[in-house]
Amino acid sequence: MSKRMKTILVWVGAAILGFALIQIAILTGWITRYYEMTLMLILINIMLAVGLNLIVGISGQLSLGHAGFMAIGAYTTGIVTKMMPNLGGFALGILGGVVLSGIVAYIVGIPTLRLKGDYLAIATLGVGEIIRITILNLDITNGARGLSGIPKLATWYYAYIVALLIILVAANYVNSSPGRATISVREDEIAAESLGINTKKYKMIAFMIGTMTAAVAGSFHATYYQLIVPSQFDFVRSIDILIMVVLGGMGSLTGSIFAAVFLGLLNHFLADYGAFRVILYAIALILVMIFKPSGLFGRKEIKASKLFNWKKKEASRS
Amino acid sequence: MSILAVEKLTKQFGGLTAVSEIDLAIQKNELVGLIGPNGAGKTTFFNLLTGVYKPTEGKITMNVDGKSVSLVGKRTDQIAAAGVARTFQNIRLFKQLTVLDNVLIGLHKKNNIGTIRSILRFPSFFKMEDRLRKEALELLAIFDLEDSADVLAENLPYGKQRRLEIVRALATKPALLFLDEPAAGMNPQESAELTQLIKKIQMEFDLTVILIEHDMSVVMNVCERIYVLEYGRLLAEGTPEEIRSNPDVLRAYLGEEH
Repeated sequence: MSKRMKTILVWVGAAILGFALIQIAILTGWITRYYEMTLMLILINIMLAVGLNLIVGISGQLSLGHAGFMAIGAYTTGIVTKMMPNLGGFALGILGGVVLSGIVAYIVGIPTLRLKGDYLAIATLGVGEIIRITILNLDITNGARGLSGIPKLATWYYAYIVALLIILVAANYVNSSPGRATISVREDEIAAESLGINTKKYKMIAFMIGTMTAAVAGSFHATYYQLIVPSQFDFVRSIDILIMVVLGGMGSLTGSIFAAVFLGLLNHFLADYGAFRVILYAIALILVMIFKPSGLFGRKEIKASKLFNWKKKEASRS
Repeated sequence: MSILAVEKLTKQFGGLTAVSEIDLAIQKNELVGLIGPNGAGKTTFFNLLTGVYKPTEGKITMNVDGKSVSLVGKRTDQIAAAGVARTFQNIRLFKQLTVLDNVLIGLHKKNNIGTIRSILRFPSFFKMEDRLRKEALELLAIFDLEDSADVLAENLPYGKQRRLEIVRALATKPALLFLDEPAAGMNPQESAELTQLIKKIQMEFDLTVILIEHDMSVVMNVCERIYVLEYGRLLAEGTPEEIRSNPDVLRAYLGEEH
């Protein structure tokens, strides 16, 4: 069997195993309804963090407006599913959110992606706020009161499958020639240009994929919590996602997934400590930044293909 | 017809004229040197040719495969795509990436199957990926770098980093290669090896090479023709022998006789 085939099988196996373990945990009552909320939050955060990592970690463009694109997905799906309260509506809502988010990203990307570093951060922060304030002032989104009574269509297993798909899209992109071109933009823009790489194009592609996945995450948010208000998608939410990316390691998809799980669980188990929770959360972050400034995973990935390389090396050694 | 024709190229930064009315014509398969004292405008001239700076005045025309293209007003990546590759005075590798990835990125532009097909993993993706890997390793082998394929570029010794930068530039399949001080920081033995290497790649890859260099032994040994710049102006042009005995060049390098 080819190495490629084996690698795929390992991942499919791991995905099914993960699914089965969660399912068993729910059936045996390990994961209660309350725990399920944490599970859902983690899955949504994985979608967000992986998407933002494409923008921040892979293309190297600091964006602070991720929650805004999440809001686009959430409101699109919220509005559509209220009119069409079935799975078809859910799918249509996701699709609509993704398309709308992509269009907005393209329009705001043209001027903002010319900027670098701090300037881009401020500009994207502004974009996120503009989206939120627009939603706040529209009739169709019901302003500050938000949308309530959204049908509950998202379940953890849909979220699980979609999160996997998003990881797959991101990983496939990163491990391809266009993905390498995007990484080269992060590494050295001048050198990348000298090799014929259109840096603006690849920044835009990463930005669009990232914001489109944020819209998907928003769709799940809306159809799980059933109530969305603009304040859920403010600057603080963007920072939340950025923290996951930085903590896991900018440029490591594995790191983003791990950080989303880790911070989700940390939040969950510290919930009983009230305000103390926020302090512990902050201390955990500070410790990581002191001892591992590049994030828990740096730029490393867990790859099934490495498993076979390692075996091969062992074999050649003995 | 010359592969690169530069006419009256001028670049002003505010009141300062860094490059002034330079005329230059380079034939296919030539190996041309560009020398001059510090601050003569050599790197500015390179940056004008590669689109990093926009010229204030003048024309740059490239003729490849019977097609004539003006390089003025084009973006750096468009110029690179048109067949101009370069290395940098202060090496600009993708330091945090492996040697192989550096070359693969060089190969990207001419072998891009597109984002959608890459994400959906079309069969063409795997075919292309295998081909790129093979091609990159072959290129590395020519430069004795294939054993370092999985090493991070920043962990290579200095001489190999310089070589890798040339490999990466060659991966773009250029017609014209600009080398900006490739021998900078090398000892005499290393620069002698480099001289051989430059000659070799010019032959094997059917290239036209333009070389900026301070190391006179490299320039005099390898270049067929030399242009000398001083204060942004073209001071002299000729074969190495002519340049060596040109009184203007001697004055620029050694100063006036008193």
